[in-house]
Amino acid sequence: MSDRNNRKAACALALGLTVALAPAAVMAQGPNDPLHMSTAARKAHMKLLKWNISKLGGMAKGAIPYDAEKAAAAAANLKAVAHLDMGDAWLEGSDSTAYEKSRALPKIWENMEDFGKKFMDMQAAADAMAEAAGQGPDAMKAALGNLGGTCKACHKEYRKPKDS
Amino acid sequence: MARMRRIFALTAGLAIAAGALFWWLSAPGRAPASVLAAVSGDAARGEAIFHAAGCASCHAAPGAKGEARLVLSGGRRFPSPFGTFTAPNISPHLEAGIGSWSALDLYNALHHGTSPKGGHYYPAFPYTTYIRMTPQDAADLHAWLMRLPPSPKASAPHDLPFPFTIRRGLGLWKRLYLSPDWIVSGDLSPEEARGRYLVEALGHCGECHTPRNALGGLEKARWLGGAPNPAGKGRIPNITPGGLDWSKADIAYYLETGFTPDFDSAGGEMAEVVENLSHLPKSDLMAIAAYLKRVPPVKSEKKSAQE
Repeated sequence: MSDRNNRKAACALALGLTVALAPAAVMAQGPNDPLHMSTAARKAHMKLLKWNISKLGGMAKGAIPYDAEKAAAAAANLKAVAHLDMGDAWLEGSDSTAYEKSRALPKIWENMEDFGKKFMDMQAAADAMAEAAGQGPDAMKAALGNLGGTCKACHKEYRKPKDS
Repeated sequence: MARMRRIFALTAGLAIAAGALFWWLSAPGRAPASVLAAVSGDAARGEAIFHAAGCASCHAAPGAKGEARLVLSGGRRFPSPFGTFTAPNISPHLEAGIGSWSALDLYNALHHGTSPKGGHYYPAFPYTTYIRMTPQDAADLHAWLMRLPPSPKASAPHDLPFPFTIRRGLGLWKRLYLSPDWIVSGDLSPEEARGRYLVEALGHCGECHTPRNALGGLEKARWLGGAPNPAGKGRIPNITPGGLDWSKADIAYYLETGFTPDFDSAGGEMAEVVENLSHLPKSDLMAIAAYLKRVPPVKSEKKSAQE
């Protein structure tokens, strides 16, 4: 194994994920092509995170009343989703320069170690949320602030801004 | 021959007159010391101005996080159609930074884009916004900046092509585009007026969210109506009611946490803006939202027309 692959394997292990070494230059061809499938899977993962955060965020904002049981349930879901093994969906070559529907910047794959660390920060914040969500609105809001910080930290570096 | 000499003398005279006119028109502006005579700076209040004005976003070292964002050693680069600007060291270091500046020096930099030695600053430093800052806020900001950790790092030069290297020419630019007038005028509620101050005098939202003309001046008729990203591809969004339909509470919550109404999260430069604004009281974030609701709606340009 080359150094490069070793490094990758180490990162993948650190994440508890497997980074697939798939052909880098595949072109988007149809609904079942790897670029489309992997990008769609990553987005689906993010949407599941969002869905559960939206319930906690709604309570934090005051749009829905705080309910310890519902908050704890959403946080437990969030934790499970955060720990889903999605490593092989971060397919090398499925970045924003190769596939127009991808907003994943190429530098993710150049900084896989840092990217993996930021991913684990999110997982740790989701774990903390699972502990805090049922402990009252203030504990939940504090945990949500930390969780949001981990979203921003990664999106700031590694997500291409929308062409709005 | 006599006629030739006369023409030469006339041409030379005109050239000198034009030069003198240019020199006079392009002179850097300065405020009299009396403007700060009645104020004394309060560092604690200055900290809030510092966050609202977003000083750290440009002047902290690239990639600085947490407490390191208070070391204003500069070095971050800003590509633009006019060349690449590099943020200078504005830490209170006596030689490398602004440690020797008086409150009036800072006021003149913020209001007139004029350095203590009497030179023009480039408008990458948003004095077109800070010109609306009150003398009290400028003095408070000075008191706070002087308490931050000094950094000995030398400021890097800007990387600009001719003719943008001639700073004196900025005097003419300022005559065109530097004005203390409010952009949004009319009868504003106290909350909307507070939001206007935060946006138009401190937060400099318009510097990115408003399109610029060929000379780099803001197109005020399309205030906050979205603009091409000067750093590369993509567009910075329209945040007038013509482009943003979020509720006031949603806007304030986004500025506080970075969460959009559908719980996506802020990224890119805006993530840093949220880091600054999360230090402000919620009433200020609601005021910004109230102001954004009050800005004249601008219709979003079609993407295809831009790229």
